[in-house]
Amino acid sequence: MPEQLLYAMEVTLNGLMAGVMYSLVALGFVLIFKASGIFNYAQGVLALFAALTLVGFQNGQVPFAHLLNAVFGTNLHEFGWHLPAVVAIVLTAVVMVLLAILVERFVLKHLVNQEPIILFMATIGLAYFLEGLGDLMWGADIKTLDVGLPQGISETVESVTDGIFGYGFFIDNLDIVATVVAALLVISLTLFSQYTKYGRALRAVADDHQAALSVGISLRFIWVLVWSIAGIVALVAGIMWGTKSGVQFSLSLIALKALPVLMLGGFTSIPGAIVGGLIIGVGEKLFEFLVGPWIGGATENWFAYVLALLFLVFRPQGLFGEKIIERV
Amino acid sequence: MNEMNSDGYTTADGRRIGGVLMEMKNITLRFGGVAAITDISFDIREGEIRAIIGPNGAGKSSMLNVISGFYIPQEGEVWFKGYKRGPMKPYQVARLGIARTFQNIALFDGMSVLDNIMTGRLTMMKSGLLGQAIWWGPAQGEETEHREKVEKIIDFLEIQPIRKTPVGRLPYGLKKRVELARALAAEPKLLLLDEPMAGMNVEEKEDMSRFILDVNDEFGTTIALIEHDMGVVMDISDRVVVMDYGKKIGDGTPDEVRKNQAVIDAYLGVAHD
Repeated sequence: MPEQLLYAMEVTLNGLMAGVMYSLVALGFVLIFKASGIFNYAQGVLALFAALTLVGFQNGQVPFAHLLNAVFGTNLHEFGWHLPAVVAIVLTAVVMVLLAILVERFVLKHLVNQEPIILFMATIGLAYFLEGLGDLMWGADIKTLDVGLPQGISETVESVTDGIFGYGFFIDNLDIVATVVAALLVISLTLFSQYTKYGRALRAVADDHQAALSVGISLRFIWVLVWSIAGIVALVAGIMWGTKSGVQFSLSLIALKALPVLMLGGFTSIPGAIVGGLIIGVGEKLFEFLVGPWIGGATENWFAYVLALLFLVFRPQGLFGEKIIERV
Repeated sequence: MNEMNSDGYTTADGRRIGGVLMEMKNITLRFGGVAAITDISFDIREGEIRAIIGPNGAGKSSMLNVISGFYIPQEGEVWFKGYKRGPMKPYQVARLGIARTFQNIALFDGMSVLDNIMTGRLTMMKSGLLGQAIWWGPAQGEETEHREKVEKIIDFLEIQPIRKTPVGRLPYGLKKRVELARALAAEPKLLLLDEPMAGMNVEEKEDMSRFILDVNDEFGTTIALIEHDMGVVMDISDRVVVMDYGKKIGDGTPDEVRKNQAVIDAYLGVAHD
């Protein structure tokens, strides 16, 4: 096989894996949008907050240490223990559920039946609040996250492809893990929503609030449930992105990369979030590879948004979204 | 109506009607300055088919929304099964055993007929979140058990051929039937039907009347329904409340109501002075 084609294959494969990382973020958006029609601007910050909390728990950091020290003149920094990754992850998941309960209690509950734009504004406020809270609790310095996921170039893939094609593919181990985790996440979410009573209740609320109330579903409980799930999905995204590029403020900006994914896949479709992520991932890598050299490179920064723009013009509901037809 | 007393009465066709299941006492409901319902009292007895009729804008739907908890009246008391009901959310009312359908059909369009009807049993499923999430223990047997009940209702309402069809694709008449099925799946003590025959042709109306009578007969479900078309309702209901401009203008058996001068005036449009 010609070298050029093999290289294109490797780029495509890398694109697919990068796409999975985008999908992980987009998934959180879709869950909340489906159930409540809210575009949750805070989804990226949720991932940052989850990653910060996870690192904090792992390293035994004292939450609000700076604040406590400033107020009480103490000198607290660390508890002096290191929690195993699994324990820290479970604890962080619990924090995300608590956060969901607080969000419902102090924000959503008071905005029932408000216009979507009002709820959207509320999530912007929530994003800034969480960003500040994360800094205050765990400090604003850049942290490394290591929960024991394998990193670096996979030697297995390299040697296997070398054996087949005479050309070793460079694939990051972390990307392979992310792909497996994303697949498990989507399968379990699908099973949960299709075959359990809470999943059914969730779909019911997404479809029609009044009808859901009439069969005895508590909207408040469902909102807590869906924000908890979105929080846990954010935790997974936070772990993957945090391991890849460190836990810092820019982690919350991955939400911006999820936007074109949602435009492509449609805001209401879980498979759409996956396929949209893959298309963007492959698209931007291949575009950079094929067209980049002709126009001076650095196309990855804008390719996704231009693609999203084209979709908005020709297929505004996305690939899998629901077409909205207003009856006149 | 013969031998009406606190223990109930016997209908002309020999059905035994029990004691008071639900009682509305001096209900007044206002939206801002506009009174939708003014000082209305009536009761619904166990096993009865009770109709609320009246011209457009009479306040019938508002009354049904008060019973099902969607509106909370400013004045008056709602009694159910002998207890006074405090202000409740609609989902809490549903859990008491009061199921309803909607005038404009509120189904879950994206879900299949079967899934829609299964949502009717949500409140009866006991297994917890964790058990459901990992699909273990009581959760498994429970799903099968509820599926069986739902299949019985599907047979009963003769909608087997469309079990797996997404509800959004069904014609109007069938949607109404699926909505009835979902309400029945909750095995309600009291079933509220908001204009079950609105927008139907004669044949569909006859089908729906038959189903309502069958439900009442087979499951002993108490039914309260709203209609503004007098014809069909008079044939199937035991007692009728007539509303006009938010006030009660008549209450009694269909025969009594038909002879009531206020009711005749309301329907024929006599000038109010």
